[in-house]
Amino acid sequence: MDWFIDAGDDPAHKFLLMLVAIALFVVVMGLILFLVDRPRNAPRWLVSLGFVGPALAMLAFGLLYPGLDTIKNSFYNRNGSEFIGLDNYATAFTESQFLIVLGNTALWVLVAPITATFLGLVYAVVVDKSRFEKFAKALVFLPMAISMVGASIIWKFVYEFKPAQGTVQQTGLLNQVIVWFGGEPIQFLLQRPLNNFLLMVVLIWIQTGFAMTLLSASIRAIPDDIVEAARLDGLSGFGMFWRITIPSIRPALVVVLTTIAMTTLKSFDIVRTMTAGRFNTSIVANEFYEQSFRQNNTGLGAALAVLLFVIVIPVIVYNVRQMRLAEEVR
Amino acid sequence: MTIRISARRRTLAVAASGAALALSLTACADTGDGDGGTGDGGDDAAGFEIDCAPYEEFGDLDGTTVTVYTTIVDPEGATQQASYDPFEACTGVTIEYEASREMEAQLPVRVQAGNPPDIAILPQPGLLNTLVTQYDAVLPAPPQVEANVDEGWHESWKGYGTVDGTFYAAPLGSNVKSFVWYSPAAFEEGGYEVPETWDDLLALTQQIVDDTGGEIKPWCAGVESGDATGWPATDWIEDVVLRTAGVDVYDQWYKHEIPFNDPQIVEAFDAAGEILKNPDYVNGGLGGVDSIATTPWTDAGYPILDGNCYLHRAANFYQTQWPEGTTVAEDGDVFAFYLPAETTDEKPTLVAGEFIGAFNDRPEVQAFQTYLSSADWANAKAAATPNGGWVSANYGLDPELLATDFDKASAAVLADPATVARFDGSDLMPSEVGAGTFWAGMTEWFARDLSSQEVADQIENSWP
Repeated sequence: MDWFIDAGDDPAHKFLLMLVAIALFVVVMGLILFLVDRPRNAPRWLVSLGFVGPALAMLAFGLLYPGLDTIKNSFYNRNGSEFIGLDNYATAFTESQFLIVLGNTALWVLVAPITATFLGLVYAVVVDKSRFEKFAKALVFLPMAISMVGASIIWKFVYEFKPAQGTVQQTGLLNQVIVWFGGEPIQFLLQRPLNNFLLMVVLIWIQTGFAMTLLSASIRAIPDDIVEAARLDGLSGFGMFWRITIPSIRPALVVVLTTIAMTTLKSFDIVRTMTAGRFNTSIVANEFYEQSFRQNNTGLGAALAVLLFVIVIPVIVYNVRQMRLAEEVR
Repeated sequence: MTIRISARRRTLAVAASGAALALSLTACADTGDGDGGTGDGGDDAAGFEIDCAPYEEFGDLDGTTVTVYTTIVDPEGATQQASYDPFEACTGVTIEYEASREMEAQLPVRVQAGNPPDIAILPQPGLLNTLVTQYDAVLPAPPQVEANVDEGWHESWKGYGTVDGTFYAAPLGSNVKSFVWYSPAAFEEGGYEVPETWDDLLALTQQIVDDTGGEIKPWCAGVESGDATGWPATDWIEDVVLRTAGVDVYDQWYKHEIPFNDPQIVEAFDAAGEILKNPDYVNGGLGGVDSIATTPWTDAGYPILDGNCYLHRAANFYQTQWPEGTTVAEDGDVFAFYLPAETTDEKPTLVAGEFIGAFNDRPEVQAFQTYLSSADWANAKAAATPNGGWVSANYGLDPELLATDFDKASAAVLADPATVARFDGSDLMPSEVGAGTFWAGMTEWFARDLSSQEVADQIENSWP
């Protein structure tokens, strides 16, 4: 039995164990589906249950149960021993520390998705059918391949500050540029509220590529006859962009905007890596980790997580609706 | 509508859904031992002999395993593991060592999940307090451990491992925080002497400013430390409270018998601010006052090496932070002197340390706990640390085994009868304050130039 529980340090053993686990599940799942399909004229509910049941069970266990538990915890005190009603929410909505967090989150959701989508759209239109299209697209798409933490570290170096003092040399790109132009180096991450936008730059840098790719594809999908007809009617340049391109790709635009908005709400990694939420840069996603795991205040952490969940819901609903609409059009 | 797919596709679908399930499950599986590893170094401990007798009463432990969870990652992790060798040789117990920088956040999660390690090396008493009062998870120390601690440690250390009258956790190592790092060569060149009193220290600071025509800021400091940003500044304040307000006020302060914003504490903030918030005195080679908030604590002393800074207050463990090739000695590149008090008669010293919490009472766990609390372990650890950077306040520690002169000096400070040691107060305060608003408040003190009163008021208001 030990062989199945503890692989120790042996990589071969670990891989073998993984394969055994995979095989085990293939067998179990196969068996369930096989048995469900076995009887002639099996009732439909049985077949559906066989197919959907395992997935539903895992969703219930892995998503629904923790979700409900979090909601329950948000009404309890810091270690979940005492019911305190809405106190945690009251704290989140009244204390200045958390009001800053909520304000920052709102700022992120408003600025980051719109900027990333706008830049991606403009870029997609500009490079469309140009000679360097592939290369230009790859350039913008590359940051997508970098993890959020990696990107944050890169940008932290860009903003790095060294004083103009004694023999000290600049190591941050931005400050070096400033020094070349004869300026004084700036503590970028301390300049509030500018520092919030500097953090958003990281997300925008990553997400622009995503927006560009999807939008570029849907621009390509605009039927030529529409474009031809518009051209015959005398549209060109900005008019074409505004009256033909934008309305045609509207569903894709909305999907891109809402998808980035969801990523923005979850962008815990950037804040944690770059400032750890200091200097008034914390957002809900970072603060709920800070409260739950640093301060061991499970109640308040759960309340913030629920808050995040509530904020995300309308975005998801809208996103799903638009995707359906887009599919129907097709 | 009935489902009609070809047999071939059906098999494929079955296999695919199964595989997907399996993949998602295995992704969650615990991969085991983190970044502990079996690093090299510390071979010296293999030859270190201890008396095996104390562990016989626990019975035959051969073949058993004890898991240890800690924040001590390599390179120090290697010496930590090497110090377990004598115990493993005595008893045949295997110690499984798991180290992670995220341990402080992960340990409560593992405790709640019912999957705690056997032993956790708790980096501060505040975490012990949380684990005991919030999760009721740590087991009281067995009598053998208590006997070891009574014999080997000052009773104040036992007090830090005690919660509500029950003794849980024996101290492991000790840090001495009241040190000021400097460059002996630069001091000699400038004709400066190591200051003996707080006033001397301020005079020396002013003299350096005058001698260099204000070009050089004498002090360098940095408090950035990821999501623990601010902690080095809390040490500064604690050290100054010990000096300007005294030990008694300090005790009342961390126990919250006086408010956090008591006038004497605000005075101490201001006294620290005379150095740390004086743009003529800081931040040597690192920027202005606000750069203290953004400079990583690990790099904050480096300007001493290239002559941009003269003084850097940091704990004895800063010794291991110096870049490779830096000699730490009285005639080397850097050395440290005791942060002076108002008079030479008193020697208040800020200390800190790790503690051993046990989550299981199997005999092999208790035997290992007993070993870790013994003088034998302290000596084995000293022998296993060839590059230095480690001391203990255990009376049984043989100073000759310590690797460097500086470690010996640190041990001497701990052993000095004139030394009045006080534990790092932020570690003893409730975690909302000690690992929350105190850190954040200090960071704002530098970053936004908040007044001492404002910061102290904010922290007082956050006290639970």
